[in-house]
Amino acid sequence: MTYIPFTSAPDDPYRMGQQRGVHGGGHARGYGDAGPAPKRVVVAYGFWIFLLSDIVMFSAFFATYAVLHGRTAHGPTAHELFDTRNTAVETACLLASTFTCSLASIATAVRNKPWFYAAMAVTCLLGLAFLSLEAREFAGLVGRGAGPTRSAFLTAFFTLVGCHGLHVSLGILWLLTMMAQVFAKGFRAHIERRILCFALFWHTLDIIWVAIFSIVYLMGASG
Amino acid sequence: MNDLSVLGLCCSTRNEMCGCRGQASFKPKRLWRFKAGRLVLAAVSATGLSGCGPTILKPIGPIGGADESILIDSLCIMLAIVLPTIVAIFAFAWWYRASNARAHYRPDWAYSGQIEMVVWGIPLLVILLLGGVAWIGSHDLDPAKPLPSPTKPLDVQVVSLDWKWLFIYPAQRIASVNALVLPVGTPVHFALTSASVMSVFFVPRLGSMIYTMNGMRTRLNLEADRAGTFYGESAHFNGDGFADMHFKVRVLSAVDFSNWVRTASETRAVLDDRSYEDLAKQSIVSPATFQLADDDLFRSIVTQKLPPGPGPTMGRPTASVSPRSGS
Amino acid sequence: MFGKLSWAAIPFDQPIPMIASAVVALVIIGTLLWITVKGWFPYLWREWITSVDHKRIGVMYTVLALVMLLRGFTDAIMMRSQQALAFRAPGYLPPEHYDQVFSAHGTIMIFFVAMPFMIGLMNFVVPLQLGVRDVAFPTLNSVSFWLTATGALLVNISLLVGEFARTGWLPYPPLSELRYSPGVGVDYYLWAIEIAGVGTLMTGINFVTTILKIRAPGMTYLRMPMFCWTALAANLLIVAAFPVLTATLAMLLLDRYLGFHFFTNEAGGNVMMFMNLIWAWGHPEVYILILPAFGVFSEVISTFSGKPLFGYRSMVAATMAICILSFTVWLHHFFTMGAGADVNAVFGIASMIIAVPTGVKIFNWLFTMYGGRIRYEPPLLWAIGFMVTFVIGGMTGVLLTVPPADFLLHNSLFLVAHFHNVIIGGVLFGGFAGYTYWFPKAFGFKLHKRLGQAAFWFWLIGFYVAFMPLYVLGFLGMTRRMQHYDVPEWHPWLLIAAGGAILIAIGIALMIAQLVVSIRQREELRDATGDPWDGRSLEWATASPPPAFNFAVMPHVEGQEAYWQIKQRFRDESLPIEEPEYEPIEMPRNSPTGFICAFFATLMGFALIWHIWWLVIAGALGAYATFVVFAWRDADERRIPAEVVAQIDRANRAARARLQNASVPA
Repeated sequence: MTYIPFTSAPDDPYRMGQQRGVHGGGHARGYGDAGPAPKRVVVAYGFWIFLLSDIVMFSAFFATYAVLHGRTAHGPTAHELFDTRNTAVETACLLASTFTCSLASIATAVRNKPWFYAAMAVTCLLGLAFLSLEAREFAGLVGRGAGPTRSAFLTAFFTLVGCHGLHVSLGILWLLTMMAQVFAKGFRAHIERRILCFALFWHTLDIIWVAIFSIVYLMGASG
Repeated sequence: MNDLSVLGLCCSTRNEMCGCRGQASFKPKRLWRFKAGRLVLAAVSATGLSGCGPTILKPIGPIGGADESILIDSLCIMLAIVLPTIVAIFAFAWWYRASNARAHYRPDWAYSGQIEMVVWGIPLLVILLLGGVAWIGSHDLDPAKPLPSPTKPLDVQVVSLDWKWLFIYPAQRIASVNALVLPVGTPVHFALTSASVMSVFFVPRLGSMIYTMNGMRTRLNLEADRAGTFYGESAHFNGDGFADMHFKVRVLSAVDFSNWVRTASETRAVLDDRSYEDLAKQSIVSPATFQLADDDLFRSIVTQKLPPGPGPTMGRPTASVSPRSGS
Repeated sequence: MFGKLSWAAIPFDQPIPMIASAVVALVIIGTLLWITVKGWFPYLWREWITSVDHKRIGVMYTVLALVMLLRGFTDAIMMRSQQALAFRAPGYLPPEHYDQVFSAHGTIMIFFVAMPFMIGLMNFVVPLQLGVRDVAFPTLNSVSFWLTATGALLVNISLLVGEFARTGWLPYPPLSELRYSPGVGVDYYLWAIEIAGVGTLMTGINFVTTILKIRAPGMTYLRMPMFCWTALAANLLIVAAFPVLTATLAMLLLDRYLGFHFFTNEAGGNVMMFMNLIWAWGHPEVYILILPAFGVFSEVISTFSGKPLFGYRSMVAATMAICILSFTVWLHHFFTMGAGADVNAVFGIASMIIAVPTGVKIFNWLFTMYGGRIRYEPPLLWAIGFMVTFVIGGMTGVLLTVPPADFLLHNSLFLVAHFHNVIIGGVLFGGFAGYTYWFPKAFGFKLHKRLGQAAFWFWLIGFYVAFMPLYVLGFLGMTRRMQHYDVPEWHPWLLIAAGGAILIAIGIALMIAQLVVSIRQREELRDATGDPWDGRSLEWATASPPPAFNFAVMPHVEGQEAYWQIKQRFRDESLPIEEPEYEPIEMPRNSPTGFICAFFATLMGFALIWHIWWLVIAGALGAYATFVVFAWRDADERRIPAEVVAQIDRANRAARARLQNASVPA
């Protein structure tokens, strides 16, 4: 690299939104030798950081659940309450939706709108199925007098699982918004980046669900 | 010679004060600590700190004494490095002022391995030393650790209420509010809980403080080696009546203490579940004594058999808005 | 229709909040009238409110911090005067009011002074120092700012409508539970901090991404200025710690709104869990505040000593060590809980270990001054005042990490003195140093020097007069948050402390005077070069104030202290200043998204506090709609033509060349 202080402009890599940061064959790794990373990398990276922070938040709820798990206040325990069959179906829905979400990503990569819509719609339906199963489980618990106000254990349970459910709901809202955007505008660069972020989000919810399934339901039902 | 005798005198006073705990571990440092410690204390007393108020620097028991020596020790260890650093900051800042032609300007000097070594080494060594103090100190002075003493310890159960202190003497079957009475020279074993929100039990001149929490029991061991009246307080904010939540600690001779117990057990007022319920309401009260009707009162509070205190009375006209009071 | 809100919410019978609100209302109305009369609304909307320029947002953060400093300091004056008067007397603030005052003071000073001050400086400086044109997500940055402002607004609304929390700046349950705090005070606190906290989290994400992914060519990690490193560490801490705060406060909200049992006395709730969680955020928070201040001091001391920072790599290591260690020490905030000797000892020692990298930093600044040629400009005064003060504050902090010492000093005024010692002496002095140091960069003229010096001395002496007595009071067994007291030994010290508060008030008045005088004399104080302090990092390479695009041509970094090297090269080799080839630059377009979002967030927050459910739903829909509208726009960038870039850059070059020719004999 030659030293060029202010005297001439090498190819200015910092073109916000134009993806021209990748000069010299994609060397922009963010290590500083080649200037700012391209927008797609920046967006995905930032979103990853957000997801990490979200995972930190979930870990606070997990820790709380671990602390309050035994504090049932003479009320029902995890062992008495949890129905692993229902949860297994929920898990299946969510895992399948991750697969279809990936299909949507592939459809985006190859710019195939019908497949994109189809995959997103199936993802949405699976998500809704998951949510309705969860809602049914919650309603059942409340009906049996095991609502979140019954004991600290149930408080922690409803909050942890409910927080995940809230994320899934927001994810579905986002999913529908993305479908509308693709419908209105097609696959543009910034929309593709958003689809990428959405996919990351959806997969992360899956990872968190696996943790919930193992720690809350499997360990709860066995203990 | 003179200096030494003064030192010896102080050591003996201190031995007496510190009693049997936490001494051995600090022996090697005692001499220099003493000099430095006395300097600090002299400076401090010059500021009027050694009055007879609730100062932590004139402990009246072994725990307070040991807490305080650790405090002074640690302060001295750190001052040994902090004072030179402050002097160096002023010295460098003054000498290397731009207008000083005699100062040597080294515009590119930005690294020196030796200095780096020292710079990391000094704080590390200080922390090693101080870490030792902390480790030993926190084990020696664990609030839950009983005090070794030939005298049989006195059991006192402490309940913090909104906004008063209840002291229960289970063996004597009496209780007092906002007045803690202790026999001199006797280790006291406190079991503490809260009837409502969190508080901290603290008698500055006795030493270590500890939290009181509803549904939980904490333990604390203290001893008073001098008779007198001292100040005790809640050291954790717990609501609008907080500033009034202090109490008197009266340390009495053995005879006076048994007299007090006798008088108290002849009190007409009785502490049972019902009068406790009254006591648990938010209020500020003057000191009082009771006969204890319910031996299990403390346990009932800890296990929440007696429900936690009620909080603000609904509908009470307060200046600030508590809208839920309307509904 | 209006939930719990009624006319009873306004404390007509209490003169102090009513007068205070009236004054605030008059100031706001007056300002708005002034703006209207002058016809500045379009300008403000175009250039500031909808701006996504990191420099503008940084300035707005700083303004927010300074305004809130006035509010928080008013609370401080009230507390000091109350305690000075309340010896065997009720004073003039009844408990229910005094308790709100100290809660509001702590909340405002940490969340709405210290945080926005540091974030404001980071916003303004980091992209400039990295040699780039903006942060990674400019619109998100604007959203962050406006959400923080929403939080501040909600806290201030509580002055007039309802009440603020009476629980201290961290609402420890069960006192903060519905049973013991039935009013809206805690709800104000919780929603304000939740909303502002989301803003802060977004800032953290934005800056971590910016620093790790968007830097000028050649700006490798070990060439970044120290401030960027400390900003990186602080933002990593934000990303890791703020979600915990959000979760913890959400739990308390669920307890209060839906009858959950996280921290209640009943049904198995666990109070200690709140303390663990809140301090798992709270201790890193301390370093989120102090690390950027360390960065400011590193820049200031190095610049005004005319030397590179001593032991740069050591400083980087120390910064990152603090970043990691800060997560391992939270338990020292409640040694007196009775957790047991081993736990206390381990956390005590872990806390002390943080003193090692911090000590290293102090020594490295010391050796940066060694062999320097120190110019006593106001920023350096703040830095030296900081070094001395912070050493003392650090020492008392380490003293509190020794469990038996903490058993005597926990929650006492000694503790209050300690954290004011590090937060005023560290964070606030850092903020002021940064403010005076970068002010000419932001506005093109320096702040008045003599008034700055006077303000510094009043602040410094005022600080010592106000807080050294508090150390003494800690030794005298006085606990914090006392509305009145009967112990005669305490009274004289509290009188002295009140005197210190007055000195600080004069310091603040002088700072306001400094700002006013500097604006009036801006032509005399003008800095045409863009490099008024003979700076060393890239922010000084561009004009003051920098153009929207920061750098006409992206700088090429060849080593540490990028701009110093460029200057040396020009001086040594007397290279002719050649004009670069200008190209058009794409910059992000302005967006009202942040402002509108914050508008809806304010509505939602207020509605949640007062249980006005329809407004909550309306606010949520509004916020979602805002995002969709934002997502729908086609062009989010504007192109600045090459001629405009050239014109701006030429003007700066000309000014700079004139001065360089004048100062360096050819």
